[in-house]
Amino acid sequence: MTIAVAASVITTTYREALRMALREALQRDPRVFLMGEDVGCYGGSYAVSKGLLEEFGEERIRDTPLSESGFVGAGIGAALNGMRPIVEVMTCNFSLLALDQILNNAATLRHMSGGQFSVPLVIRMATGAGRQLAAQHSHSFEGWYAHIPGIRVVTPATLEDARGMLWTALMDPDPVVMFENVLLYNLEGELAADAGAVDIDRAAVRRLGDDITLVTYGGCLYKTLQAAERLATQNVSAEVIDLRTLRPLDMTTVLGSLAKTHRMVIIDEGWKSGSLAAEIMARVMEQAFYELDAPIERVCSAEVPIPYARHLEQAAIPQVDTIFAAALRTVNHHV
Amino acid sequence: MTPSPEFARKLLYEMVRIRRFEEKSAELYSAGKIRGFLHLYIGEEAIATGVMQALRPEDAIFATYREHGHALTRGLSAGAIMAEMYGKLEGCSRGRGGSMHLFDAATKFYGGNAIVCGGLPLAVGYALAQKMQQRAGLAACFFGEGAVAEGEFHESLNLASLWNVPALFLCENNLYAMGTALERSEADTNLVEKAASYHVQGKSVDGMDVLAVLEAAQQATQFVRDGNGPYFLEFRTYRFRAHSMFDAELYRSKAEVERWKQRCPIAGFSARAICEGWLMPEMIDAIETEVAREIAQAVEFAEAGTWEPVETLTSDVYTARVQA
Repeated sequence: MTIAVAASVITTTYREALRMALREALQRDPRVFLMGEDVGCYGGSYAVSKGLLEEFGEERIRDTPLSESGFVGAGIGAALNGMRPIVEVMTCNFSLLALDQILNNAATLRHMSGGQFSVPLVIRMATGAGRQLAAQHSHSFEGWYAHIPGIRVVTPATLEDARGMLWTALMDPDPVVMFENVLLYNLEGELAADAGAVDIDRAAVRRLGDDITLVTYGGCLYKTLQAAERLATQNVSAEVIDLRTLRPLDMTTVLGSLAKTHRMVIIDEGWKSGSLAAEIMARVMEQAFYELDAPIERVCSAEVPIPYARHLEQAAIPQVDTIFAAALRTVNHHV
Repeated sequence: MTPSPEFARKLLYEMVRIRRFEEKSAELYSAGKIRGFLHLYIGEEAIATGVMQALRPEDAIFATYREHGHALTRGLSAGAIMAEMYGKLEGCSRGRGGSMHLFDAATKFYGGNAIVCGGLPLAVGYALAQKMQQRAGLAACFFGEGAVAEGEFHESLNLASLWNVPALFLCENNLYAMGTALERSEADTNLVEKAASYHVQGKSVDGMDVLAVLEAAQQATQFVRDGNGPYFLEFRTYRFRAHSMFDAELYRSKAEVERWKQRCPIAGFSARAICEGWLMPEMIDAIETEVAREIAQAVEFAEAGTWEPVETLTSDVYTARVQA
């Protein structure tokens, strides 16, 4: 691995990093276009595509009616026919209106046609709770999508990934679904001025540690890093893994860390039953049972529709406190 | 319209091919050679045959799970279709799709979609891409009248019209969505008016008359090719056989089926062609002989086919990627 020394860094946000990625893709490849509800005149419901309509015009920044199934399906059709569409779905809750197209067409066409047709489509959607948007705008369905063979599921959590995953996803010959946690849009930080495409194959170790492995992705990454900081004050050295891609899972990185720490907590904003966290747990049982010095714990969302009231909403989703407590229990567990 | 003798022969030949292919498929289903669902096109042959004559190689076709006839007359070989229904590697989808999922990149045949209305958004997006890339060729999308009840029908017609894309919507109205009659499922059964409500021009056509189908399809394709946006055609037709091989047909009377059989598109066209002098009676026998030979060869091809090795079960879930 080579470590590039960045010529310069800029201060930016997750939202702006996504916009830079969109702009670059539109500039580099005439086959790329963006479509979705309010991506044009409104500037994107989370302001990601603000200004792009003026820059690239109505053909390539295409406002759609509220027809999720229709325009996601149209994205699949355009991808079948030589374009590289980016379809934005306002929130993952709304994406359920297009789930038929995503599963029965996008994910299926290649295998079902005996490899004759592929669907190079990127679908972006907002996910996650924390803005008091209640039970029809706050859920985390990335784990559900990761259940589906035929699509790739990515969850950029850092500015580098917000900047770099889109291009790689666009160059992928198969459909990629990208989940952007709503709490990350305002995330501010430094980014190399020349930041570009990043891989969408491997998990990343965001913090090195020896005593316990904390596996997470997306919006929970920062809560997990904070929990790790607090664990350090208790002399617990936590390693934090950002999965980055939920399908296919990079178990090599996860198991490599476990081989060092022998203890694990999985933090996942999805509901616990049948969750992505459950899948990781199952794979650890199958592949690395004897590495474990303690049962794995999971910190997931409470099994309720995400409520509106702030204290209830916060109680429903993973928090630094609950991650910290779970990690401490796991570290202190002795057979 | 008056077809030339050669063209009249071609139309009859294509319809007979479909009919005999379907009859053989039913037989092979009963013999256990074909499994899964099998939806026969018998009675509706004039539509695929007539429409396909108006389409060009640069056009793309999106079809439904009742698509053997469309695939055949588009140019997929009878052998590749039969082998697909046998589940053989030599099938047009390598045996992974079966009867409902025939695909062929060479003839731009995009399936074989077994989700009712699932192909309409694809056709709209395909047509949008044609327009954005300034390519000739339209997206022709077949669907049954049952699809009209799906939200995607309305979303797709609206998008196609809003974006003025070269999409041709071809509604095969055989009166029943499985066993539910159109008037038992739609408050308004005028389908052309539904299309018109999205400013999509359309027309209702006798789907049992191959010449009427052809003429309407020629006008419609010309309209779309001229850049006027999408067009909608409703073909009034009837399936003579059950919905699938599992259907006891409790929802319609034998008398009704018999009435429609009197309007058989093949018998009707043959009689007219002979009466008008487009075809000689002995030519019909010659067509039957030729078709019988083709279908026998297709069955032979399917029988001789091989099974995909289980080892490649998971290939083509994703495109094989060159690892950096």
